[in-house]
Amino acid sequence: MSNYAIETQGLQRDFKTLRAVDNLSLSIQAGSIFGFLGPNGAGKTTTIRLLLGLLEPSAGEAQVLGYDIRTQAPEIRQACGALLENHGLYERLSAEENLEYYGRIWHIARRERLQRQQNLLESLGLWDRRKEAIVEWSRGMKQKLAVARALFHHPRLVFLDEPTAGLDPVAAASLRDDLGQLAMQEGVTVFLTTHNLTEAEKLCHQVGVIRQGRLIAVGSPEELRNRSSVPRVEVRGSGFSEKLISELNSRPEVKTISLRNGSLWLELNAETSVTPLVSLLIAGGAQVEEVRRDKASLEDVFLTLMEEEK
Amino acid sequence: MIRDIVTILWKELKEILYQRGRLRGGWVGLLIIVGVFGVFMPLQSGPEWVESPLPLILWSWVPFVLVGGVIADSFAGERERHTLETLLASRLSDQTILFGKIISAIVYGWSLALACALLSLVTINAAYGKGNIIWYPPLTAIAIPIFSFLIAATASGLGVLISLRSASVRQAQQTFSLAYFLLFVPVFVVPILPEKIKATFLTWLVNANFTQIGIAVALILILVNIGLISVAMMRFKRNQLILD
Repeated sequence: MSNYAIETQGLQRDFKTLRAVDNLSLSIQAGSIFGFLGPNGAGKTTTIRLLLGLLEPSAGEAQVLGYDIRTQAPEIRQACGALLENHGLYERLSAEENLEYYGRIWHIARRERLQRQQNLLESLGLWDRRKEAIVEWSRGMKQKLAVARALFHHPRLVFLDEPTAGLDPVAAASLRDDLGQLAMQEGVTVFLTTHNLTEAEKLCHQVGVIRQGRLIAVGSPEELRNRSSVPRVEVRGSGFSEKLISELNSRPEVKTISLRNGSLWLELNAETSVTPLVSLLIAGGAQVEEVRRDKASLEDVFLTLMEEEK
Repeated sequence: MIRDIVTILWKELKEILYQRGRLRGGWVGLLIIVGVFGVFMPLQSGPEWVESPLPLILWSWVPFVLVGGVIADSFAGERERHTLETLLASRLSDQTILFGKIISAIVYGWSLALACALLSLVTINAAYGKGNIIWYPPLTAIAIPIFSFLIAATASGLGVLISLRSASVRQAQQTFSLAYFLLFVPVFVVPILPEKIKATFLTWLVNANFTQIGIAVALILILVNIGLISVAMMRFKRNQLILD
């Protein structure tokens, strides 16, 4: 059996004149958390719909947990869980009833259903409010419940479509923590779409960047940062005169230089020793307090990739 | 499949009966229906309510109205409240989802109509029985459950078809209300028919064998229901429903 939970080859989906997913080829390791990054309308949701067999591809092939998306869509849906664009909860029903419904749909025995409800709701901090109609709940609580529903039947793979979208930073961080913990406990493969780069950086083992339906980069957050970023150095201190800055700028190893919040930011042309540059600063009368090598964040990489694609 | 249909039925009835978002929920609505058709109207009409041919027409009309009240919500409501895609992403098959929705509406409309019919018997006997038991004529007693079921199924099949393609519950309800209008077409058409045709029709009606007519109407309803459900099955496409 393949080590990959998801494999796609040249997957494509057209809507009239729009190509929503374009020649997508991906392999996602079983048991990993994969982040699918892209701006709005990049094709993330369409990809999930294709992988769940809810939409037919226009071209290409894909296997999810070894099942073909064209011919074995029911088997895929049987083995997967999903939290799609909307939380999909029945707001007139209570949290308990929402989980009960999906537990019954997945033919989970009554005793196990009750136990599972308690485990999941307790670990998400929702147990005490399980009998309330969820129409009264905050968006963050509903999203947590939707995550519980997606994991309720112990799926081998779970699709989460922008799970923290629209949440305030505290709720988003709380959901992110719960998600990471639950995914680890359950040993489930997670396919997560997001345009929140912090989320991807914190949660994902591997990320793919999609733009206008095309996959433009894939790798671990670390690999992407290394691949796309230039070496950067932050020099904290004072006395960075214009003359010194222009002198530094004329050095061949310096690509760009800028002064922000009292720190001097240097982008270098290659990984090189910064000792000569620091010596130059000190000799020029600057007081250097701290020198720190810095890597570009995933956000920098993402923005660079988007820029390059334009 | 039956287990899954029962699951959908469980959820649908819960949503109808426990509308916790609203004051006292669906139970108030149910009690009003039962009160009007099971107590108030029989008391007003007297033993005629049971002994005349009226109950057969009434208990065929009531499930149509009851089913009409909930079936518009079946797919349009799920779409409007953004729960449809999650349901479609579950392990349930197309047929299970479709039949689950159809059967839920039938169970609701039919069982409520039968409950009202039985309660009206109790009401009539309590108010006018004077020690005797007043009961529906035998053929009517057999026809009531059959026709109320078939009409509930017709309303459910038609409603699901409309709901599948409606963007909102309101739109589905508006389209479905055209079906109510069709029910009243004979009321408007008969008075404007030429006298000769009316006379022929009346003669036919007086001499008609109601058992045969009943069987013919039941067969027509069965065929209509099979047709409606077949069309609904053809129109139920996950691809299309997701994109709608």
